[in-house]
Amino acid sequence: MAVQSGRLLARWIPEVAVAAALVVLPFAFNAWLGSVDLFTRILIWGIFGLGFDLLFGYAGLLSFGQAAFYGTGGFVTAYLLTSGTLSSVWLALLAGIVAAAAFSLLVGFLALRRVGIYFTMITLAFGELSYFLENSPLSPFTGGENGLPGVPAPSLQLGSFVYSFAGSWPSYQLVAGFFFIGFLFARFVVLSPVGAVLAGIRQNPERTAALGHDVGAYKLTVFAIAAIFSGCAGGLLGIFQSYMPPDAFALDTSGQLVIQTVMGGAGTLIGPTVGAAIWLILRDVLQQLPAIGSLWEFVLGAVFVLLVTFMPSGVVATIMRAASPLWQRRPQASVASVLSADPAARQGLLAPLRLPAAPGGAPAGYALEAQDISKAYGGIHAVEGVSLALPQGALHAIIGPNGAGKSTFLRLLKREESVDSGRILLHGIDITAADVTAAYQNGLSKSYQINQLFPLLTVRQNLRLGALARQRGRLRLDIFRAADGFPKVEALVEALSEELGLAECADLVVNTLAYGEKRRLELGLALASQPSVLLLDEPLAGLSPAERDDIKNLIRSLRKGRTILLVEHDMDAVFELAERITVLHEGSKLAEGTPKEISGDPRVQEAYLGGIAP
Amino acid sequence: MPTLAQFLSQAFNGIALGSLLALIASGLSIILGTLGVLNFAHGAMFMLGAYTAFVVLSHWESFALALGLGALVLLIAGFATERGLIRFYYSRPKEDQILVTFGLGIMMVEAVRYVFGGLSQPVPLPSWGQGIVNLGFFIYPLYRVEVIGIVAALLLAFYLLLYRTRIGLVVRAGIEDPLMVELLGTHVRRMFMIVFMIGAMAAGIAGVIYAPLAAVIPNMGEPFLVECFVVIVIGGLGSFPGAVVGGIVVGEILSLTTLFDPAYAQAAIYAAMTLVLLVRPRGLFGTMGRA
Repeated sequence: MAVQSGRLLARWIPEVAVAAALVVLPFAFNAWLGSVDLFTRILIWGIFGLGFDLLFGYAGLLSFGQAAFYGTGGFVTAYLLTSGTLSSVWLALLAGIVAAAAFSLLVGFLALRRVGIYFTMITLAFGELSYFLENSPLSPFTGGENGLPGVPAPSLQLGSFVYSFAGSWPSYQLVAGFFFIGFLFARFVVLSPVGAVLAGIRQNPERTAALGHDVGAYKLTVFAIAAIFSGCAGGLLGIFQSYMPPDAFALDTSGQLVIQTVMGGAGTLIGPTVGAAIWLILRDVLQQLPAIGSLWEFVLGAVFVLLVTFMPSGVVATIMRAASPLWQRRPQASVASVLSADPAARQGLLAPLRLPAAPGGAPAGYALEAQDISKAYGGIHAVEGVSLALPQGALHAIIGPNGAGKSTFLRLLKREESVDSGRILLHGIDITAADVTAAYQNGLSKSYQINQLFPLLTVRQNLRLGALARQRGRLRLDIFRAADGFPKVEALVEALSEELGLAECADLVVNTLAYGEKRRLELGLALASQPSVLLLDEPLAGLSPAERDDIKNLIRSLRKGRTILLVEHDMDAVFELAERITVLHEGSKLAEGTPKEISGDPRVQEAYLGGIAP
Repeated sequence: MPTLAQFLSQAFNGIALGSLLALIASGLSIILGTLGVLNFAHGAMFMLGAYTAFVVLSHWESFALALGLGALVLLIAGFATERGLIRFYYSRPKEDQILVTFGLGIMMVEAVRYVFGGLSQPVPLPSWGQGIVNLGFFIYPLYRVEVIGIVAALLLAFYLLLYRTRIGLVVRAGIEDPLMVELLGTHVRRMFMIVFMIGAMAAGIAGVIYAPLAAVIPNMGEPFLVECFVVIVIGGLGSFPGAVVGGIVVGEILSLTTLFDPAYAQAAIYAAMTLVLLVRPRGLFGTMGRA
């Protein structure tokens, strides 16, 4: 119980620290500069940066067009107020935020069609587009190059008492209030299942999709969340300055946001604010220095280049890492202890799984059926007219020489690639047109020949990502729920890590694990959805004989109503495990039968041994 | 409605602007395709070329000298950038490469602003480019006609370099599969350096040619950088024909829209980009597989 409440307290430490800073720091700025305005400005950039950090720091999407939403929020708010359309500043700010979010859905829909640097280029282009729209066609509304002066400040009315947020200190209070709400919200997102999925997308989007999360929808969601923060910051800028400047839309604005976020530290939430403080304070200081003067931006550019080169995780993350031994001790013994455990003890670790049997009982008919499916790459027929039917509960294996099309066949079944012709049925339902995410949601999961893990997450977080999708569906925006707040999921994760022999390293980051442990985790990810049909692509690849025995035992114990399709090069294991075997050769089915039939089949011997009878 | 002469004149402007864009974008595109680096300093490199022309043409009257010196300055800048900075970034995330070239671009622009001031300054036309020429239906500034010829010759040279030489073969193979090229025994890192220098030079030469058409100003490269992104999205990653066709398309859209309503000229190219993204996300000449 004490541990529980300790964790609960730890959860709120950042919030408390930020609140304290928002109370103390303005007095420091006031004492230093005679005004709190610079700090207010830093916090406006900070609000802008909170959203951008969710987008870039957590989901890994580098947008160079955030100015589009900053400007949209600012100009919609300013226009509604200066034109007299709305008299309530609060409503106008809300309208600005909604407009920014709506615009972001349109831009995101287009930009997210591409990934990586293409996404960056497209967001930048749309940022420039909105700058030109503001400047030319929309100038009757936006004032063009002049911007919109005369934006009023909001006020609060409590009975007959009216409090106006005009002036230096009141506008600080307004901006600080929004910053704190924004920080709370961003923290909720980070700690929620949505945040867990975003972290997965950043590290391995393909596997995140294969684990049943709708990657495209989550990306669009975080893009819109970032735009909400941008729109809010833009609206506040106009209110704070009583003037909405057109260069809010400029590429420099997007660029400065990126620079500040990287300088301060992406993926820390508070980093962009620290970066904004560095940028704005350095600018003021450098401009005062006679030796530098007009070279200030050159010096800041150089500082930025040096920081990216030598301190890529930013100031905040670097300080936190350096200071972490003070409050955190990493468990370091567990990898060694698991490895050094004698094989007998580890056999015990991998005793038959106590996982619940596959849900749904055993409906009649085939669990998985491929009907005459084909796939060609250019002129090469990787899979040609292969049919396969797995009855409920079967343990079926596919063998064949290298290049026979085994892995392609599994990719087609898991819907990672589309078939050229033929049909695929899962429990009698046609999934030929479904995507990889839908396949997982319907109980079809796969472990990969080459580990597809989330290297910077812990074992527990990896397994959780697999278990969450089945619990939550393709997309759910449960941002006010903790990622570890699903008792069923946690119980499953606990059971899996224990029975895969990963309990001791459950809280270790995956890239510190030994290969055999990663291999077991790879299987664990496939199991985390509690699949009814399991595709295993060379689960024994690269393992030692003792580890092979472990995995073989595991595969045996995985049955209980589950249907398993195994691709493996280890013939002894295949003939030991499988009830039926299909032999693929040059993309086509060569033979199918019991292990006995297969081992006696002359065509199979021909294919494997080139015609030399054994 | 615009007259036929106005229309043809703008169409010619579109070719002149488009061919310049094609030259800059093909430099950006081969760097992106070969090294995988999106060079955010490419606009600043274009600007360096333009300022080289400004310095040379204000003192001497030799356009050839400006062209040669512009190419040399950017070859050196490209060499220094690749050896001094970019090569440490090949194993870093793509985002880091974008960030560092973005920072480098700021440094270049600010250094030029410090030396030459932030004001726009005119660049004299070479003597052989002054005056106008009668093209039958309409009269047209002579230098712009010559620009089309010069850039066409440069693009042809670029084409021959990429498609008719050993280095070009290696570069094109590197765009398809850099790992395989390395495995086949080519010194890929040295090829990266050469490609970066050539790409930078293409931007610089375009800057030299562009300078007399308009004035020079330190942040003049920024719109060109953005338009090059549009060109590459439309044309397709790492594709030389894509960069050329995309450049001409974007140049024509910009010029012809200006004829009807200048306010929508920029919006029109983004509309075209949106259309390509919806209909053919990989771009007109792009191949599948590369992000």
